[in-house]
Amino acid sequence: MSILIDKKTRLLVQGITGGEGSFHTQRCIEYGTRVVAGVTPGKGGSETLGVPVFNTVEEAVEKTGADASLIFVPASFAADAILEAADSGIPLVVCITEGIPILDMVTVHNYLKDKSTRLIGPNCPGLISPGKCKAGLMAGEIHLPGNVGVVSRSGTLTYETVAQLTSLGIGQSTCVGIGGDPMPGSTFVDILELFQKDKDTRAVVLVGEIGGTAEQEAAKFIKEKMTKPVVAFVAGATAPPGRRMGHAGAIISGSSGRAQDKIAALAAAGATIAPNPAEIGTTVKKVLETNS
Amino acid sequence: MKIHEYQAKALFSEFGIPIPKGAIASTPAEAKSIAAELGGKVAIKAQVYAGGRGKAGGIKVANAPEEAEKLAGQILGTRLVTHQTTPEGVPVSKVLVEKAVGVQRELYLSIIVDTASRMPVMIASEAGGMDIEEVARLSPKKILKVYIDPTAGFQAFQGRKLAYGMNLSSAQVRPATSLMASLYQLFQAKDCSLAEINPLVVTTDGEIMALDAKLNFDDNALFHHGDIEQLQDVEQEDPIEVKANELGVKNYIKMDGNIGCMVNGAGLAMAVMDLITQAGGRPANFLDIGTVNNTERVIAAFKVFTTDPSVKAILVNIFGGIARVDVIAQGIVEVHQQMDIRLPLVVRLAGTNVDEGKSILAQSKIKFIEATNFYDAARKAVAAAKGEKN
Repeated sequence: MSILIDKKTRLLVQGITGGEGSFHTQRCIEYGTRVVAGVTPGKGGSETLGVPVFNTVEEAVEKTGADASLIFVPASFAADAILEAADSGIPLVVCITEGIPILDMVTVHNYLKDKSTRLIGPNCPGLISPGKCKAGLMAGEIHLPGNVGVVSRSGTLTYETVAQLTSLGIGQSTCVGIGGDPMPGSTFVDILELFQKDKDTRAVVLVGEIGGTAEQEAAKFIKEKMTKPVVAFVAGATAPPGRRMGHAGAIISGSSGRAQDKIAALAAAGATIAPNPAEIGTTVKKVLETNS
Repeated sequence: MKIHEYQAKALFSEFGIPIPKGAIASTPAEAKSIAAELGGKVAIKAQVYAGGRGKAGGIKVANAPEEAEKLAGQILGTRLVTHQTTPEGVPVSKVLVEKAVGVQRELYLSIIVDTASRMPVMIASEAGGMDIEEVARLSPKKILKVYIDPTAGFQAFQGRKLAYGMNLSSAQVRPATSLMASLYQLFQAKDCSLAEINPLVVTTDGEIMALDAKLNFDDNALFHHGDIEQLQDVEQEDPIEVKANELGVKNYIKMDGNIGCMVNGAGLAMAVMDLITQAGGRPANFLDIGTVNNTERVIAAFKVFTTDPSVKAILVNIFGGIARVDVIAQGIVEVHQQMDIRLPLVVRLAGTNVDEGKSILAQSKIKFIEATNFYDAARKAVAAAKGEKN
């Protein structure tokens, strides 16, 4: 098993005809993902990469039964694209787009409150269930099917983590990039909850970073609800306060959002802390050995 | 993005938020004539992108135009060092000259987006004039909050709740509520990430007024607001960051060490900084090179490294995903052909098209130190910056 996506997932790509959209759709198809539809307003009726293109998400869902959407549209139109997907009742929406204004996201979250749609991202690399389905930007070949769940706010740091795991022969159930924005659609807690329920996930790696309190909330959940071991790393111990470190959400304001406080909270909750980002894989290995 | 107090106050005025009378001066003579026009006592406030001005001597009170001229002369052209700046401080090239107001009470008011509730939140306190984090720590009961439903917008009852909560008199509640509504309008209209009035004062005449004004804007929304973007004062920013920005290198932050870092991805870039520090060194910068589809950005990043005199070694750590390793390698080769770069270079490549990337570097004549992994890269860069042979 895995979480959120698997071999049955019927993926729709919003912005399929754009440069990034078509490049990554091609690679998702090559990985084995069932891409059933694309949406680009004005290009309905055409076909690209062997996939039918529709003008609206509603029509695409009606005609193809798509049950997940991957969004590549530019930041100024991305909130609209998320709302369109939710309006069509798509249960899983993954938004890759970086740079969506925060007040647009306030509107999006307010709209999603009463909907059953789950949003991953924005500003994220997407997710992958190795060997089954890839809905994102990650290089498929670094992954290995297995039993460790990965959840992270950072894209490339996830690749780094996965590469370390794979080189040690430790496979992954699902790897989820929740994104670097301050208000992600799905939080660490949302994903931990799914990993905790997933029969095939034995342990979880959580990769956090400075800014906000998502790691502290995750710590609370780990302490109260998780029975599976969690290995954690938090990036940005050396980041200066008051500066936005690339990600819109990665900022220490005043005394809030510091790496050391997050690490302390996770450690106190029983998570095993990787001593540095190069030793995430070996830390997982040790944890798996002790818990087997 | 930040702007100056006087610019924020101009926006306050536009949105109907009461502010003291005043004008901006670039010379002591201008300060004198503004003071003469205002009459009576004036406040002279250094315009810098940093808090803690009062304690640092950046705010002075003058009783007469001549004194205003003298005091403005003491501030203008200097560098102000506050607890929020580097030890070098920030330059003061403008002062705001304002009519001094008699203050009866100092309050606090701000709006931010609360990421937990995913809604804007208005925060008010009757303990104004001090750092709000300090108030939250010492007397959390004095912090009042109302969450603003994005569809309904700010409501008068929420204003009354905050105003009565701050123990304002019945006569002051209506103007306070109207000021709060205006601040929310401004926050929405200009895509602010922070709108803060500290202190919001009740004057001796019983008026409610914004004595200070701080506005920060959501960088992601600046494409909607050309008028705001042009308010940016590059003098207040680090000169190497400004240079980086001119060269098109985004997501560059100057740090105090000597290892120039080029990394793809924000999380990975932070992790590299952490590793360098663990290995006993210090990064000269944070740089997320992002998705590189052509060599230009790589070349620009190297130009920034060579502009920064503190850089003693360069560390390139790329994990190709969307970014292609071969393009990065090609960029490194091109910049070495264009410029005479003698800094030791440590390179660690992995991910998409890594073999092509490695062979491009191997076939070039560039001297570089190859690192096998992440930690190895940090260790070798630290040694190289110290002048040690690897």
